[in-house]
Amino acid sequence: MRIPVKAVGAATALLLSTPALAGWEPTKPVEIVVAAGAGGASDQMARMMQAAIQKNNLMKQPMVVSLKGGASGAEALMYMKSSEGDPNKVLIAYSLIYMLPLSAKIPFNWRELTPVSVVALDQFVLWDNSAGPKTVKEFVAAAKAASAPFKMGGTGSKREDHVLTVFLEQKTGAKFSYLPYKSGGEAATQLVGNHIEANVNNPSENLEVWRAGQVRPLCVFDRERISYTTKVTDTQSWADIPTCKEEGVDVQYLMLRAMFLPGKVTPEQQAFYVDLFHKVTQTAEYKDYMEKQALKPIFLTGKDMVQFLEEDDALNKSLMTEAGFVAK
Amino acid sequence: MEALGLLLHGFAVLLTWKTLLLMMVGLVLGIFVGVLPGLGGPNGVAILLPLTFTMDPTSAIVMLSCIYWGALFGGAITSILFNIPGEAWSVATTFDGYPMAQQGRAAEALTAAFTSSFVGSLVAVLLITFLAPMISSFALKFGPPEFFAVYLLTFCSFVGLGREAKHKTVISMSLGLLLAGIGMDTVSGNLRMTFGSPELLRGINFLVAVIGLFGISEILLTMEERLALRGHAAGISLRVVLGVWKDLPKYWVTLLRSSFIGCWLGITPGGAIAASFMGYNLAKRFAKEPDSFGKGRIEGVFAPETAAHASGTSALLPMLALGIPGSGTAAILLGGLMVWGLNPGPLLFVEHKDFVWGLIASMYLGNVVGLVLVLTTVPIFASILRVPFAAVAPMIVVSCAIGAYAIQNAMFDVWLMLGFGVVGYVFKKIGIPLAPFTLALVLGNRAEDAFRLSMIGSGGTLKVFWSNGLVGSITTLAILLLFWPVIDGLLGGIGRKAAGQNGDATKG
Repeated sequence: MRIPVKAVGAATALLLSTPALAGWEPTKPVEIVVAAGAGGASDQMARMMQAAIQKNNLMKQPMVVSLKGGASGAEALMYMKSSEGDPNKVLIAYSLIYMLPLSAKIPFNWRELTPVSVVALDQFVLWDNSAGPKTVKEFVAAAKAASAPFKMGGTGSKREDHVLTVFLEQKTGAKFSYLPYKSGGEAATQLVGNHIEANVNNPSENLEVWRAGQVRPLCVFDRERISYTTKVTDTQSWADIPTCKEEGVDVQYLMLRAMFLPGKVTPEQQAFYVDLFHKVTQTAEYKDYMEKQALKPIFLTGKDMVQFLEEDDALNKSLMTEAGFVAK
Repeated sequence: MEALGLLLHGFAVLLTWKTLLLMMVGLVLGIFVGVLPGLGGPNGVAILLPLTFTMDPTSAIVMLSCIYWGALFGGAITSILFNIPGEAWSVATTFDGYPMAQQGRAAEALTAAFTSSFVGSLVAVLLITFLAPMISSFALKFGPPEFFAVYLLTFCSFVGLGREAKHKTVISMSLGLLLAGIGMDTVSGNLRMTFGSPELLRGINFLVAVIGLFGISEILLTMEERLALRGHAAGISLRVVLGVWKDLPKYWVTLLRSSFIGCWLGITPGGAIAASFMGYNLAKRFAKEPDSFGKGRIEGVFAPETAAHASGTSALLPMLALGIPGSGTAAILLGGLMVWGLNPGPLLFVEHKDFVWGLIASMYLGNVVGLVLVLTTVPIFASILRVPFAAVAPMIVVSCAIGAYAIQNAMFDVWLMLGFGVVGYVFKKIGIPLAPFTLALVLGNRAEDAFRLSMIGSGGTLKVFWSNGLVGSITTLAILLLFWPVIDGLLGGIGRKAAGQNGDATKG
């Protein structure tokens, strides 16, 4: 009987201070579940949110980051699925919520979770070693001329990086040998060490080696250039990278970064997190992070989010089907 | 030298009462999490990480790295006292550390473990101080074939140098490799051997297996045999510590060899566990009486601990310079750095000099303070053995269960751990060594991935393992070690013939 009393107490306290808010607040530490390994883009983002929430006192309970990157992230999905009704767990999701159930037949469907908000869109960039070809055209020519396998590194198998590689092959006619690594960080260092010819990492995964002049961005897989014009290296900003379409390779892909609660939580609980992450997107920490990692800021929730997810799901499904990655 | 100046500056920043206090707090917390099996370094650091968010970056990193040192030191305690490795790389420490404790030499074993940890870390920190830029470029030379060659070397050294019957080592290793295959296969992106169970999706966690195989099985054996921990808490005094230290110079070859192996494997990401096993096996190989290993030889504690800590420490280098964490704990530290906007990468050493050198200075200080702190607590830990088995055993089982649960918050893992306890018991009864099994379980996946990536990259030819000097020499060395007993026999035959002519000089 103690818990309900506590919850009511917390709720009244909250009502008194901010009457506009819904009447629910976490009563124990909130777990932010990362479906990837330590140091990856999801982990970095989770740590940023953890710090933003703590530094700006956005929540009374502490937030802990819980890494569940096992089985290429499937561990996190199953964990969220089995936590039905638990409002103290938030998943920081990306395209694996569509792709893993298709490629590995994981019994998971994002519709079983409670959507909170889409907080960012992540870009993909084609990178090569700074000693390699300087433009997309030269790169494609080199790939076609190569006698040994032309190696493309990426994170995981039959996932976004792999899909992009397949579409690059289709549009350019070049052949790549795709090497699936465990993380984007690994794909970055393998490119610097010249063990692979290229990768399609997110900006955040290659940022540091780009700044050190060890890799070169060839083109970004988006309709338009990245908007940030602050110089990242001595000579270039994110906005200086041409789009792949400009370079004659019409391949586009953006990846969502979204927050989900487990299924069967109450509307009040959902409302609390919608508000919490909305506040997070207003913090200096978030804005700084978006610019540094070249993410597209976005905030979708409610009906808009569900519509976005449905469209995104359909798109990913068609890409996966076309690439031949859907398990039978 | 520029490095020295910067280092001294780092010391100047750190030598305040406040930072020293933070160090102590960090170390004590670290030892505490290191002692709890399963909770271990990575989980402990993860739990304590948010504590540091409100501090300034230098204080925060000092505290965090001290938690890391504390966890490194603490992992040895349970390995020696209860045969339960707190961290993956403490497994090899149990081989001789636990028998020592049973013979009433717990204090000696603990002192040896802590001292050699200190030596190993110190060598690694010195290496980081003076060779940082060169080493990070060495780590970049490692592509899939090189990684596979290193793993192959570890496996081969086990078969070739182990004293157990070769077929039993191979059986044990194969079973480990089989279990390592459970779960998601990163190369194909498909699930293997999960039989539709969501619990098996994650694969078999190495620590869960280790806690069961070593800890639970030991309790079962003790219950069957005599219902008493065989260890007697010996008289612990400064004399024991000084005694071990006095003997230390005698083992300089072992210490140096293990430090070298540790540093080398530490900077190749993920090598810390391999390092401790390899350090142990080589010490055994080169010892005058290899048969005395595994029965409570102090060298058997020195060798793996030195190697493990040299690699645990040098693992921070690829983390800082390349952003690849060499161990689970380093991975959490990596996350911590990013919170303060310190992005590990080649430029960290250029743009955040103050921070990097502060961290390196804190490695020196943390290590010294840590050694003093753990040595003073040896009597407390060793006296746990005085408590009657009937009282300690349930506590160990509970802490094993908590540890197994905490790794992935899964009840299934607790059952799995108990299952492994029974497996460990049976293995011990029929004389199948546990170490090759655990080694295969932890490295099996990585070795397989590295092999398959090499094959994709080379278009399917094995020649890739001799494609350059680095990978070629490691692979060749691995094969030599695998057939070492045969080679040794041949060389020994020649040697004996020569010795025979001069009379039996080696005997006596």
